[in-house]
Amino acid sequence: MSALLKVDGISKRFRGLLAVDRLTFDVPRGGIYAVIGPNGAGKTTLFNMIAGVYVPDNGTIDFAGERIDGLTPDNVCQRGIGRTFQIVRPFPALSVEDNVIVGALMRRTDVADARAHAHEVLRRLDLFDKRAQRASSLTLPDRKRLEVARSLATDPKLLLLDEVMAGLRPTETDRIVSILKELNRDGLTILLIEHVMRAVMALAGRILVLHHGAAIAEGLPAEVVRNPAVIDSYLGAEDI
Amino acid sequence: MMFSRLFENVSPRALVLMAALLIVLFGAPFLANDYLLTVLILILYFAYIGQAWNIMMGFAGQLSLGHALYVGLGAYTAAALYVHFGIGPWIGLLVAVPIAALAGAFIGYLAFRFKVGGVYFAILTIAVAEFARVGFDHLAWTKGSSGLFLPVAQFTSNDLWLLRGQPVMFYYILLVATVLAFVFCRALLQSRIGYFWLAIREDEEAARSAGINTFRYKMIAVTISAAMTSFAGVIYAFYYNNLFPEQVFHISRSIEIILGPIVGGVGTLFGPIIGAFLLTGMSETLIAALHAVGLDIPGAKQVFYGICLLLVIMAMPDGIWPWLARRIGLSEREK
Repeated sequence: MSALLKVDGISKRFRGLLAVDRLTFDVPRGGIYAVIGPNGAGKTTLFNMIAGVYVPDNGTIDFAGERIDGLTPDNVCQRGIGRTFQIVRPFPALSVEDNVIVGALMRRTDVADARAHAHEVLRRLDLFDKRAQRASSLTLPDRKRLEVARSLATDPKLLLLDEVMAGLRPTETDRIVSILKELNRDGLTILLIEHVMRAVMALAGRILVLHHGAAIAEGLPAEVVRNPAVIDSYLGAEDI
Repeated sequence: MMFSRLFENVSPRALVLMAALLIVLFGAPFLANDYLLTVLILILYFAYIGQAWNIMMGFAGQLSLGHALYVGLGAYTAAALYVHFGIGPWIGLLVAVPIAALAGAFIGYLAFRFKVGGVYFAILTIAVAEFARVGFDHLAWTKGSSGLFLPVAQFTSNDLWLLRGQPVMFYYILLVATVLAFVFCRALLQSRIGYFWLAIREDEEAARSAGINTFRYKMIAVTISAAMTSFAGVIYAFYYNNLFPEQVFHISRSIEIILGPIVGGVGTLFGPIIGAFLLTGMSETLIAALHAVGLDIPGAKQVFYGICLLLVIMAMPDGIWPWLARRIGLSEREK
């Protein structure tokens, strides 16, 4: 499989803190790739560099064969990378449907087309029946799915998911896992940051483990969870 | 294409109410006396400008506290062209509106390029309006602080082309402008641009990550709002026939503009209109009532505005219109 996203030697420093330290990895086209690690390991900083919020101090990011580091977030999204936020940010006063229409309008000029596309996405994410509600009235699991829906509506090739399972009950987690698997089967490449190992093990084809901004392990899930350094710094022996 | 879905999602109830309101407003001059007509003109003036301001704040979430700038630029440009060169207001518009739009674009560019947001953006809008006030005080071409006057006569006929005539002509011009602004705002809100504005208003960072070029859409909002506002300025100049920088550009003018939409409902389509009717209507009634009992209290209007604002903020922070729309049975989308 060719790489859809190539991250090559990127670093990011905030004053004295080296948040991300010379990271290199490839996300294969059509794959599901997970980034795990303890809090403060630099996962969200990494995401924000890919999504165009931060410019890396060093290194390059290539998406579909083109350099994207240094582009603005809207530009990155237009190239085909959708993202969610760790702390959800729906448009609170807008209806669920309108939230998703905003995303759908990125590649569509006609509002009716966008609404039709939004409906399709809402059905996939079990939110169709709640489309008329205000986004601010949704429960946390629904809001997380709404974030995914809004970002999916922009027709991304790569979806960046920042802890979409955090705070969900196991049944809700399983539901999102099955939705993501389905989307992946239809050709969507997924890069996820996740703490919920149950979801990571169920989804990821490959895992990257970060600690203090640096990669301490990378590989197939089964290898990674047996890696002593990973157990030491993150998982703990009994966790799996 | 933009207006093709104008009546989409409009219930029969809303249409009937709207038609009734229009009939009343178009017929009003036949029933109203001179005093009531001047009050109605003032109401429509604020209803129109409130809608223009609402595009920027209510739709795109950018707080302008300096809209008097655009009124003033429109008024002064058209009036000066008329006084100096005899150029009529409708031709003057072709100069006045672009000047105001450019001023809006200038403020927008400064603010949005250098990421000046929220209150700092509001302060910038005040600063530029104040700058204009001081600047026009010293601009000889527009007669500085001694004021620019348009020649006035006792008009017996109405010259629509030169806007020389009786109040009733201005009433109808402002009524048509208010209706057109309403239709335009609704079309904007239902279009792609409207969705992008709302997204920016709600959460700018999330909007960017959904692929929206927020700089571009904020610029469009300021420019449209400024251009629309300047039209009201042109009408203002030809209605009052005198312009003083101290009055036209003063911050209290900017504040007056935004009271209607705030009381009526920021971000709603009908809020600025109902806000203008309530605030201007009630304050003029109050002053007339005070006069009737022989009282002339300077500042009574301002105190009244303050009380209204307080009451609305405490009881209906979303404004009167969302509440009223529910009461008369209009749907969510018709607010």
